[in-house]
Amino acid sequence: MEYSRFLHILVFSALIVLSGSFVYGDQQEEIPMLSFEEFEHWLEKENDSVYVINFWATWCAPCVREIPAFEKLNEQYRDHKVKVLLVSLDFPNQLESRVIPFVERMEMKSRVILLNDPDANRWIPMVDDAWSGAIPATVIYSQNFYGFYEREFKFEELEEIVKPLTQ
Amino acid sequence: MKKTILALLIMFIGAGAFAQGYEVGDVATDFRLKNVDETYVSMADYPEAKGFIVIFSCNHCPYVVAYEDRMIELHNEFAPKGFPVIAINPNDPEVVPADSFEKMQERAEEKNFPFDYVIDEGQKIYPQYGATRTPHVYLLERVGEDLKVAYIGAIDDNYQDATKVNEKYVANAINALLAGERPERTFTRAIGCTIKTK
Repeated sequence: MEYSRFLHILVFSALIVLSGSFVYGDQQEEIPMLSFEEFEHWLEKENDSVYVINFWATWCAPCVREIPAFEKLNEQYRDHKVKVLLVSLDFPNQLESRVIPFVERMEMKSRVILLNDPDANRWIPMVDDAWSGAIPATVIYSQNFYGFYEREFKFEELEEIVKPLTQ
Repeated sequence: MKKTILALLIMFIGAGAFAQGYEVGDVATDFRLKNVDETYVSMADYPEAKGFIVIFSCNHCPYVVAYEDRMIELHNEFAPKGFPVIAINPNDPEVVPADSFEKMQERAEEKNFPFDYVIDEGQKIYPQYGATRTPHVYLLERVGEDLKVAYIGAIDDNYQDATKVNEKYVANAINALLAGERPERTFTRAIGCTIKTK
């Protein structure tokens, strides 16, 4: 790992510890709304972290059901270079009225973005060719692993995939 | 022996592909499903139809709600030309009470659906088609005695805003069929709600 990057993470970790509960507010105050091109780099990271990218929406019952599993993964594996990103596919005009209140109510600490790109036929296969477009859907990858899952997860099932990648 | 294994393998792969539902060109099954007006609907009830816009749909999914008016427009434009909409709710109402038959009746009345809105009781039909989400369109065309799949996918390329649509996938496909041509685009993907099962 690059030294500067390591330092960056170290400083960031220290900030998390120092600021405690404030980080939650700092992180989630703004949920960025991204086009697919702005989001795409999340699918192509080349470093020693494990990326867990979950596509969800507040109106999707199975997605909402599995959010705590992703939150727990984020919580327990944060120090093991696991990065959880929750990509909301809610309607952009419901960011303020639905998504932010939901994130606050669930006290979600994972990073959340809203993917605002209506031409889904164009970008769905760019996430994974096997994806029909149904949510929940999850991409898990690291330098040596890639998995795409169009299904709902329990924490243990996520851990079973992610844990070996951190060792 | 090797050949037997190979043959078995091919059979398994074939069965696997079949289980995933229809591809464009496949013959689609008819059905007999209960409509919101309490009658039973089959595609065979429409001998004059040139085809059908079969849409796996439901009440609760916001992506469906965003498309309801466009489903009505599709029916109003294309039913007179021989392609009526049939909306099928594939969800198990015990999993999603909002998608019960009674709630379907309410929604159909609220929106004054001009098309049949039927329930896939026992969830036997949607797996045969291979529908994975709502809304999920299967455009069927009549070829002799058969109904063949001509297009699978989304209604158009903008679920958020009907006024900003660039490509009307379903309308374009039907217009191509009506002109005696093959649809340019036969498969698209879209974000939708998973079909709910126990």
